[in-house]
This record gives sequence, structure tokens and C-alpha cells, in this order.
Amino acid sequence: MGALLLAQEGAPDFPILTALVLVPAVGAVAVALIPRARAELHRGVALLFSAAAGALAIYVLAAFDKNDAGMQFETNRSWIGDFGISWHLGVDGISLFLVVLTAVLFPLALLGSTPSHDAKPYYAWLLLLEAGCLGVFVALDLFLFFVMFEIVLVPMYFLIGGWGYARRVYAAIKFFLFTMFGSALMLVGIVALAYLHRDGVEDQNRAVATELLAEQEDPQAAPPAVQAQIAELQADVPLSFDLVEIAEARTVTDDSSGANPFDWTAARWIFLAFALAFAVKVPLFPLHTWLPDAHTEAPTAGSVILAGVLLKLGTYGLLRFGLYLFPDAASFFAPAFVTLGVIGIVYGAIVATMQRDLKRLVAYSSVAHLGFIVLGIFAITTQGLQGGLLQNVNHGLSTGALFLLVGMISDRRHTREISALKGLQKAAPIFAAVFTVVMMSSIGLPGLNGFVGEFLVLIGSFLTRRWWAVVAATGVILAALYLLWAYQRVFHGEPDDDNRHFPEMNWREGLVLAPLLGLIVFLGIYPKPVLERMQPSVDRLIEHVEANSDYTEPPVATEGPAVSAGEEARDEEAEG
Amino acid sequence: MIGILGSLGQPLPVDPVPIDRPGVDWGAVAPMLVLVGGALVLMLVSSFVRSRRSTVGYTIFTCLVALGAIGAAIPLWLEVNDDDRGPFSTLAGSVGVDGFSTFVTFLIGAAVVLAALFIDDYLRREHLEGVEAYVLLLLSATGGVIMAHANDLIVLFLGLEVLSMAVYVLAAMHRRRVTSQEAGLKYFVLGAFSSAFFLYGIAMIYGGTGTTNLVTILETFSTSALTDDGLILAGLALLLVGLGFKVAAVPFHFWTPDVYQGSPSPMVAWMASGVKVAGFAGLMRVFDLAFIAYAVDWQPLIYAVAVATMLVGAVLAVVQTDVKRMMAYSSISHAGFVLVGVQAATDQGVEAALFYLATYVFLVAGTFGIITLVGRRGDSHHSLDDYRGLARSRPVLALTLALFLFAQAGVPFTSGFFAKFYVINAAVDAGSTWLAAVAMLSAVIAAFIYLRIAVSMYMADPAPEAAGGGDVAGAPRIAVPAGATIALTLCVIVTIGAGLWPGSIADLARDAVPVLATFR
Repeated sequence: MGALLLAQEGAPDFPILTALVLVPAVGAVAVALIPRARAELHRGVALLFSAAAGALAIYVLAAFDKNDAGMQFETNRSWIGDFGISWHLGVDGISLFLVVLTAVLFPLALLGSTPSHDAKPYYAWLLLLEAGCLGVFVALDLFLFFVMFEIVLVPMYFLIGGWGYARRVYAAIKFFLFTMFGSALMLVGIVALAYLHRDGVEDQNRAVATELLAEQEDPQAAPPAVQAQIAELQADVPLSFDLVEIAEARTVTDDSSGANPFDWTAARWIFLAFALAFAVKVPLFPLHTWLPDAHTEAPTAGSVILAGVLLKLGTYGLLRFGLYLFPDAASFFAPAFVTLGVIGIVYGAIVATMQRDLKRLVAYSSVAHLGFIVLGIFAITTQGLQGGLLQNVNHGLSTGALFLLVGMISDRRHTREISALKGLQKAAPIFAAVFTVVMMSSIGLPGLNGFVGEFLVLIGSFLTRRWWAVVAATGVILAALYLLWAYQRVFHGEPDDDNRHFPEMNWREGLVLAPLLGLIVFLGIYPKPVLERMQPSVDRLIEHVEANSDYTEPPVATEGPAVSAGEEARDEEAEG
Repeated sequence: MIGILGSLGQPLPVDPVPIDRPGVDWGAVAPMLVLVGGALVLMLVSSFVRSRRSTVGYTIFTCLVALGAIGAAIPLWLEVNDDDRGPFSTLAGSVGVDGFSTFVTFLIGAAVVLAALFIDDYLRREHLEGVEAYVLLLLSATGGVIMAHANDLIVLFLGLEVLSMAVYVLAAMHRRRVTSQEAGLKYFVLGAFSSAFFLYGIAMIYGGTGTTNLVTILETFSTSALTDDGLILAGLALLLVGLGFKVAAVPFHFWTPDVYQGSPSPMVAWMASGVKVAGFAGLMRVFDLAFIAYAVDWQPLIYAVAVATMLVGAVLAVVQTDVKRMMAYSSISHAGFVLVGVQAATDQGVEAALFYLATYVFLVAGTFGIITLVGRRGDSHHSLDDYRGLARSRPVLALTLALFLFAQAGVPFTSGFFAKFYVINAAVDAGSTWLAAVAMLSAVIAAFIYLRIAVSMYMADPAPEAAGGGDVAGAPRIAVPAGATIALTLCVIVTIGAGLWPGSIADLARDAVPVLATFR
């Protein structure tokens, strides 16, 4: 709300990202102000505001310049001047599709499910959640990012705890405390980084000033311009929390030899403080235990948003605030992250196979999918990063759709036990067909979006982490195992008395799932529009990492644009 | 007293030796005079009023007196922040007026207003009508303001005692409840004990330096160093005991849960806000100002106390089931956060601590205000179960409490978040990064209790078995009187306002860094 005033102070062009963050926030206030008696309005107003945010995001997508690797649609206004904290927003190829995914998934999640009671606070919390998520993806100020990252917890806590299933209170508290625990140290890290950056800039400036002084024969007689320059360089530097400024200044670098593991310089410690927050959010094995509970107990819309958007806050954070902010520390710790990612892939898949609750199965499949994304990111190759980013979107679409479908089953049958469901395919063939497509996308069947992402991740990681990629590839097989087996038990066979009258998908549900199915197929066949918008920013990020660490990307990864890899994938599936 | 005596009359013409009388700047001590005068007038007037019923008048009068004290402090604030005039001291250098003392006066005045508004309905509800509570409230506020102005350890002690004596009686205010009597007695015995420590500490400082004046102490140590400073170090440790007791720092916190639980809830609102502010004002004047030269010696001590306070407060809060006890431990944990700012021993640290206190006054007063309301007649409904279903029966009240709780947990866009941020900032800048990390971890532990209360309000249905027969039919009926509504509205405005525009308070806090001014 403070930003609204700031944004209006005569910006030359329309601050579209500010509007994108504020539209849902204003919507939340609007819903909260509508009296309880006018219940019919709550849903409509909520849909209206989330659809407006969706429209703004699609406008951003359309107006996005695909050849520009830097930040676009930037807004930068001072918020708390004393600490150099600013309302700095912007998107690039890395965050663009996460913004669009968020803004598209929210209206669909709203449309796809209705709360069991108390509609008014439910919609208000959901809209507030949307504002927070969008804020995370567009924030370019460390402090602003943290604020948005934290505020997301509150609406999600109330959504899980207020409208969830049987063990909702336990799941809500666990979710809140786990995530808050992760990000608690990040705040200390952010503050420490800002001070280190300030000291670093001061040292650099003073070094330059000393050189300038040495050049002068008589410092007193130096021309006034030079004297002014020296005075300026010797002045105190204000604090800044600006992400781009700190990342590009390279003041906080890591020059420890690594001979003594306890002799890390500050950058590595700070990186770990950041990484812990993101690892909990992703979640990375072994910090994942909050996820099955939260996903299973949350109401349908909550699960869709949790899986589709909230987990991406973690992977996005690892990219933007891990790889970009701490190139050297990130490449130093990359082996640990790819290892944990691969463990997550295999572990998540095996545990998913054992589940008796359909929703819990989907929840564990997220652990496996997110493992792929982490593997792609920390492979630090063009293909790996692109694959990871694409998988972010893919997972949001396919798992979001899966949670919607499971929610529909749960609404119809009031159970999610796999053993209680049988032969749904006979009773509801269209429902089964939609489920099949979404499931195949989650498995990674060629022709659907999941394949492109996983394939790119595997190519990318094979270049730098060969054996990890080999193990990760088994995850694809395991995914087929747990999903197909579940499908078999739920949809195949003769329906018993309980399942014989399973209602077919209605038009409203179809309307919600149609855009998701469309995107699943479109991205599977023609991922180029997405990949070519990511490519400049990804290349730039890798150059940034190479320039700031002793890491170099293997040459084969850079030969030929990664887009061709996607095309190869398409060719292969055409042959197969 | 010195001032009154000094001004009484002309020196006798027959006296050949002129008596050196201290100059009195009446404007400078006006806030204290307004408060103590208000208390005396209130006591006097009430003795002429036959009826013991009209507490609304007393409440309004108390609020006006508190606002008057704030009003009297505003010209002082403008004066000390005027570059040409600056801070000064009066009464022979024993009372200092600077940004710090006036800022703390504002806070104590605000805490008095909030507490008086909550007390108003409470007294009528509990059939305790009478003027005593207001008189004692104003007297203890006077003590707090004196502490904030103290430029001399003896004056600090006087303020501490004026404050404490009144608060002991406030704790025992509910005459018909044994727990209240017990709380008052416990508070008194332990408080007297800690005062003795404090006094002994003053004696040792005097033995070490030959003075009790903070200005002289600061000047002495800025020009010279003692070769044998054992007495001073022991004295400082004893002062820390005395002040640590008042702010409920671990390991001097044992009275807090019992006293907070037993005392009447609106009195606890005052104890946790006004009394705590006064205690920290004394602490910062002694440690961050007069003995700044000894920072190297006392910093490790406060470091350890801060860590213990934050962790013990947060961990023990988690195992409580009584909301008042929970909030008592939570207030201990918050005291630890303020100590993190004190420990930094920098201007930034003091600023952060002041910002923390300024926001915490409104948070904790609002929280205990709502606890007062939910306690209902008898002031006995304080278990977690009594909060079940509050969101259904009283949605706005529940949302308000949720706001205060989440703000105390440090959720963004509330004052509590920036309070923590500034403290962390000061600690990191002073090189205490690990202390900042411990602080954030303890905030996560403490968040659990705020979540538990929110769970009770929002996610549990009203408990038929716990809330007693009358509540089975529906949600408990809780009245929200006008006074409490005003006070809670104020608290909400400050909590959200400071969460969006923290600069509004932070700028004030920056001007409020204490300065020891010599006699003008």
C-alpha cells in the first residue's frame, strides 16, 4: 500500500509490475470490505482481480523483448531511504515465465475449487498470497524480496489451517515453522551482505582515491575537479540492498583457497544462509518433510498453489539469489546440491510408490520433480538451466492439474484412498482421459511438456555431472512406475458399487483444465517461444558465473543453441 | 524535592555564607511535575467525591494528565533537537534532558493512556471501582520518566523505587483474588531484593569513581583510565542485576510468569509496556552512555544475557497452556531482542532498541488489552481453550489479536518486522552476526506460541467442555467496551503504520540517542 503512493509519484511510463503486485493486494482488501451478507460477490470480485492480474502478466509476456538479456519493465523507487531499501521491480527471461505461471494458475485455482465454508476470508487470503508470490518473482531488492518471501507464509498458513482436511492444524504449523526457520537466517545473511558490500565499495573507492592522490605531484595544488573526485571517493558509502548492484559490483567475493574447510570467507557462509531458506522451500531432501503434510492437508486451491507456485519460490531463489548473487560459492557447493537433488529424485519416487493416499502420492512426486530442477540449476550449463526453468513451468502446470483432478475425485467420493477407488474409467471416460494426459506429462512422455524439460536437464547435467545424470534418469522410470500403477488401481477394472456412479467431468471443470491441457501439449510440441525468451538471460547468468568463479562451462554445452536440443527432442519423438 | 527547597525563599540577609543552590529549570522537569501533580490532584479530588462509581471521569483525567506530560515534553523535544540549543541538564546536573529522555517520556505517556483505557472497564467489571489504580499508574509513570531523565545514579534509584512501589501495589490490586495478592507479594519481595543489589552497585561505583553522577563518570573515563577497576566492574554487574530484574532478563526473570499470570490483566499491560521501557531507559543510560568506555567489559555480559533471555523466553513459552504465562515468557524473549540492540553499544544499537520498545509498547499493551477482554468477569479465562472459536464470535477482535501476534512473530508489513530488522542491522554492523542469528532462531521458536493462539482462534471450534456451562450453546460472548476500542484502534494504527512507513518512528528514534549534557 505504501508502494501505491510511491508509484504514483509521476512515473513517465506505466509501472506495470507494481500494478501486477498491487492488483491482487487491492483485490484482497476489496473482498475483505464486502460485507459477509453479500456472499455471492466474494467469488466474483476475487476472480475479477486475479483475472486482471493474469491479463497484466500476459501483456508483460507479449511486450517482453526476447533479445534483451537484462531486466525489463523496471521500476525503482526509494522505500526506506536510510537503509537504501527500494521498491525495485523487474523481470528478465528467468523470472518472466514464473510470473506468467503464477498469474495464470491463480484464477484457474480459484475457478477450479470452492471453499467448504467462510468464502470471504478464503478469497481474501488467496489474493494476498498471489500478491506475495508475484512480489517475490519481480523483486530486485534483497529486502523487498525477503519481505515478500515471508509474507507468503501468513495467507498459506490460514488457508491450510482454515480450509484443509483432517490434520490441517498440524500441517499448517509445520509449514509455517519450517519455512520461517529456513528464512530466519536469510535475513541475517541479507543484512550481513549489505554491510559487506558497503565496506567493499568503500575500500575500492578509497584505493582509487589513494591512486589518484599518488598521481598528483602536490595534492594541495591538484585541480579542483580532481580534488572533488577524491573527496567523493573518500566519502562514506550509503547502505544498499539492491540485488543487481550488489551482484554486479563483485565486492563480496570468495577468495579462500578451500584448503581448510573452516576457513571460508563470509560469502560462503552467507550463501549457506540463503540456500537454507530456499532448500526448505524447494524442498530439498532431507528438509522436505513439511511438504507431504502441507500438500495433503491443504484445500485443493491451496495444494495447486503450493505445488504450482510456492515451491518455485525456492528454485527461483536458488537461481537468482544463489547462482547470480554468489557465483563462486554456488559453484563451490554445487556438488552437494546436485547430490541432494538426485537423492530427492529417487527417494521421492520410491516413497510415492508406497503411498495409499492419492494426494500424498502426488505430493511426493513433487519432491522428485523438484529434484530434477535443482539438478538442472546446479549443473550450471545452458541446457541444464533452461531445462530447470522449463521444468518449473511444467511442474506447475502438470502437478497443478493433478491436484485439481485429485481434488475433484475427493469432492465426489469423499476419500482419496487408492484402495477405495476402482474402475473410474468406465464410469467417467472423459475424466480418465484428461487424467491420463496430465499424468503422462508428469511422467515425461515425449510430445508433452514434461519430456522437454527433463530431457534438457539430463543433457545439461550429463555434461558436467555425468553419473548424477545417470542416476537421475532412473527417476523417469520410477515416475512411470508410481503413476501408472496408481492409475491402474484407480481407473482400471470394473467399478464396484461405490464407484459405479462416479460423476463425469462437468463443463466448469473442463473449462478450468482446458487451458492447462492446452499448455501441456503446446509446450511439449513447440517449446521454442519459451526457450528463446529464456536463452539470453540464461547465457548472461552463465557468463556472470564464469566471470566470478573458477568455473567454466564445458565447450560442448555452448555449441549450438539450446533451442536445437528441444528441436532434437521433437524430432526424436516424431520418429518414435 | 531539591528544586522545591531550593526555590523556597531568598537567602537570609544575615547569613554571610551564600548557599550554593542548584538552578531549577521548571520547564525541563514539567513532564514529571505534570504526572505527579496529576496523581496528587486525582487523589485529592476523589476524597471529596462521595460515589465510588464514576471511574470514567478518572480514566479521562488520567489520559489527559498523560497527554499533558507528552505535551510538556514536546517543547523540550524541539529544544534539544535544535542545533543552537541542544541537550542540557538541570538540578545541579542530576536531571538530564535530551532526545532520549523526551522520547522515553512520549512512550511512557502513551503506555499510560493505553493502560488507563483498559483499566477503565476492568475496574467496573470486577467491582473494584476506585481511584487508587489511576493514582498508582500515574505515580509509577512518574518514576519511569525520572529514570529516563536520570543523570545521576541516585536519581535513577529514586525513579526506580517510585516506579516499583506503585507497581507492586498495582499487581495486588484485585483485592478478592488470592493470586493477585500472591503476585503482589512475590513481586515486592523479589523487587526489593533486586533494588538492594542495585543500591549496592551504586555504592561500589561510588567507591570506584568517587561520584554517582553519570556525566562526571563519562568525563572521567574519556580522559583517564583506572589501573584498578575491580570495584567498577563489580558495581556494573550489580547494576545489571537490578535493571535486568526490571526488564525481566534471564536469569533475573523468575518473577515474571507468576506475577504476570496473577496480576490483573490491564495492570500487566502496563508492566509489560511502561515498566519495561523505563527499565531499558535506565539500562541504556548507564551502560550505553555513562560506561561506554567499559563497553569491552560489559558487552560479553550483555551478549550472554541476551542469548539466554531470547532462548529461555521462547522455549519456555512453548510449553505453556495459559495465555498470560505464554505472553509473559514471550515478553521475556522480546526483552532479549532489545538487549541485542543494547549490546551493540553504538548509536545505531540504541536507535534500534528504542524503535523496538516504541513498537513493542503498542503490541504488548494491545495484546494484554485483548487478554483482559477475553478473561471476562473474574479475570480467569486465560487458557488456550478460552480462545477457541474467537474468530467466529468476535471476528474483528480475533483479527486484531492475530495482527498483534503476527507482528510479535515478526511478519512483514507490521511494526514487529522492522523492530527485528533494525536490531539485526545494528547487531551485524557491530560485528555480532552470530548474536543476530540466535535472535532470528529464537524468533522462530517464539512464533510457535503465536501460531498456537491463532490456531485456537481460527481453526478450532468453540470447546463445549472447556469453556463452562454457559458457553455450550454458542461462542463465548465477549463485550468490547468503548475505552478498549479506542486503545486497540491506536495500537492497530501504530502496528500497521510503522510496518509500512517505519521511517516515521525510526526518524524520531534517531534523534533520541542519549547524550549526557553538563550543567547549562
